[in-house]
Amino acid sequence: MPPALEVKDLTTRFRTDDGIVQAVSGVSFSVEQGATLGVVGESGSGKSVTFLTVMGLVDPRQADVTGSVLLHGEEMLHASQHRMREIRGVKIGMIFQDPMTSLNPVKTIGWQLEEAVLIHQDVSKKEARRRAIEVLKQVEIPHADRRVDDYPHQFSGGMRQRVMIAMALINNPEILIADEPTTALDVTTQAQILRLMERLQQEFRMAIVMITHDLGVVAELADEVIVMYGGRVVEQAKVNDLFAKPEMPYTWGLLGSLPRLNSSGGRLEQIPGQPPSLLHPPSGCPFNPRCEYVMNICSEQLPELDPSPVGDDHRYRCHLDDETRARIWTQKRAAMVSEDAA
Amino acid sequence: MTQFLIRRIFWAVFLFFVATMVTYLIFWVIPANPAALAAGKSATPADIARVSHFLHLDEPIWKQYLRFVWNLLRHGSLGESFVNRQSVRSIIEQDAPVTASLVFGGAVFWLTLSIPVGILSALRPRSIMDRISMTFVLIGISAHPVWIGLILSYVFGYRLHLTPIAGYCNFFPGTVGAQCSGPVNWAYHLLLPWITFMILFAALYVRLVRANVMETMSEDYVRTARAKGASQSRVMVQHVLRNSMLPVVTILGMDLGLALGGAIFTESIFNLPGLGQEVIKAYNFNDLPMITGIVTFATICVIIFNLIVDITYGFLDPRIRPS
Repeated sequence: MPPALEVKDLTTRFRTDDGIVQAVSGVSFSVEQGATLGVVGESGSGKSVTFLTVMGLVDPRQADVTGSVLLHGEEMLHASQHRMREIRGVKIGMIFQDPMTSLNPVKTIGWQLEEAVLIHQDVSKKEARRRAIEVLKQVEIPHADRRVDDYPHQFSGGMRQRVMIAMALINNPEILIADEPTTALDVTTQAQILRLMERLQQEFRMAIVMITHDLGVVAELADEVIVMYGGRVVEQAKVNDLFAKPEMPYTWGLLGSLPRLNSSGGRLEQIPGQPPSLLHPPSGCPFNPRCEYVMNICSEQLPELDPSPVGDDHRYRCHLDDETRARIWTQKRAAMVSEDAA
Repeated sequence: MTQFLIRRIFWAVFLFFVATMVTYLIFWVIPANPAALAAGKSATPADIARVSHFLHLDEPIWKQYLRFVWNLLRHGSLGESFVNRQSVRSIIEQDAPVTASLVFGGAVFWLTLSIPVGILSALRPRSIMDRISMTFVLIGISAHPVWIGLILSYVFGYRLHLTPIAGYCNFFPGTVGAQCSGPVNWAYHLLLPWITFMILFAALYVRLVRANVMETMSEDYVRTARAKGASQSRVMVQHVLRNSMLPVVTILGMDLGLALGGAIFTESIFNLPGLGQEVIKAYNFNDLPMITGIVTFATICVIIFNLIVDITYGFLDPRIRPS
């Protein structure tokens, strides 16, 4: 059985007045049915654009897209507009970062949920409404049968994100793409939303793509992780492997910059420098201008996404040899552990 | 809702007093002698003094203002013109329908043109269509209505004989003392004034509609609708249009209210006996009751239209619906 979603060598370029923006460069990954893929990277790393491209939501008048997006083996990149509309909202549901602005302010929640049903299914308005209330109950909105007639501004941020999830799930999609679903929410609400998504994944048996810059979210939900930087996948691994033995200096930086429970209260560690410009990307490895361990070759040649010595499902881009990397990571981890112990 | 209305009406009354008081103050500051103008060319100083006393112009300005307020509240009267002793109220009642015909007819014209053009421009920014309409916008905004009106009147009225050059016909047939009347004649005579109005306002509104539609199309909830699988037409009709029309309604309310107070230029060119013409006449004679009367009327129009806008807004946008 082919994977739920398979992306091969995806490239998205935007034509702008200033030149061509290389938002996504040769990204490949796949998600199995029922599994969760975490996509990690900082703002501007191309993670959102990758999935907007998958959804066919980038404007073809501004963007050039190449590569391949297979949904259960069906090629989507060259599908007709008509076919894409059938896929969006039925096979793939998507939820977005900011629940405060992602719902139409002048329509009721019920109307917006019913719309999602009525676009794709030939059912009565009454049946659509019944579905809307049912799915609101599934995302644990209290008094769903009354609140269905409320407007978005009458809901809190967390509740709105539940509504967004309900809307994405109402047609039982096979894949749910969640673009930073908890970033705009406070911490307790974040936890509730993540619990909810976990529960719904088991109920609906769907694949989830969790786009985030929060490594905590990834550790909790994901089975597999891809780390994106400068529009490229720079490391790819099973979640446990990534946290146990990250191979790429950028991933080290990400892990090192996490706040620790019992650190001495100094400043958080940070990766020096700025994310790379996608308009004028650095030559060679995209991380080389900020890398502590940069060598001459790094600015000359882009390292391949090679498998690690441990196994095939852990891949990374780095010119450092295995021995050096192992040594550096051992030191880094020792430093983190001693800090934790202090 | 009632509380909202009460607050609104309180503001309306306050606004009314501010506007009329300012009118009186300006009149008081202007160095002119309306009594001399009213008394005629060969009047002696004694005549002028008598006229001045008769028109209460020898009283302090605050007393004149209070007299105006009292007459308005007690008798619903706006006083009488200094120039010809006609009731200001009856003049306004006679002129307002002319201006209203011009403004509302013009509004129908400019909205039917600018909403579709604005939307099409927004859908295809930088296309040929967009460039043509933006050029039109630039011309419409830059050209003065007097110039537009004169050109139209010259070309279509004088040269091509397609329309009247100027003049007004009453809407209701059989009006006593009118040269012509009836809906067809009315519309025929107003065609050029409407187009003049349309060119001026459509330019502003095309830009307004275009900007609002473009802004709404980049909203997150529009992306959500697309992610649901909604078609382009569904996205436009159900999600973009209503949201992008909100600011247009606001501006339209203000423009209509203001224009009702006197579409001075257009009325002058086409010799329409409306409020704008009346204002010019009144200014020339320093006819305070007439000016105050029209200011009062304009203020009331602006207030009423803003109220209508607020109520419409409540229907369009649930977030500000007073509950």
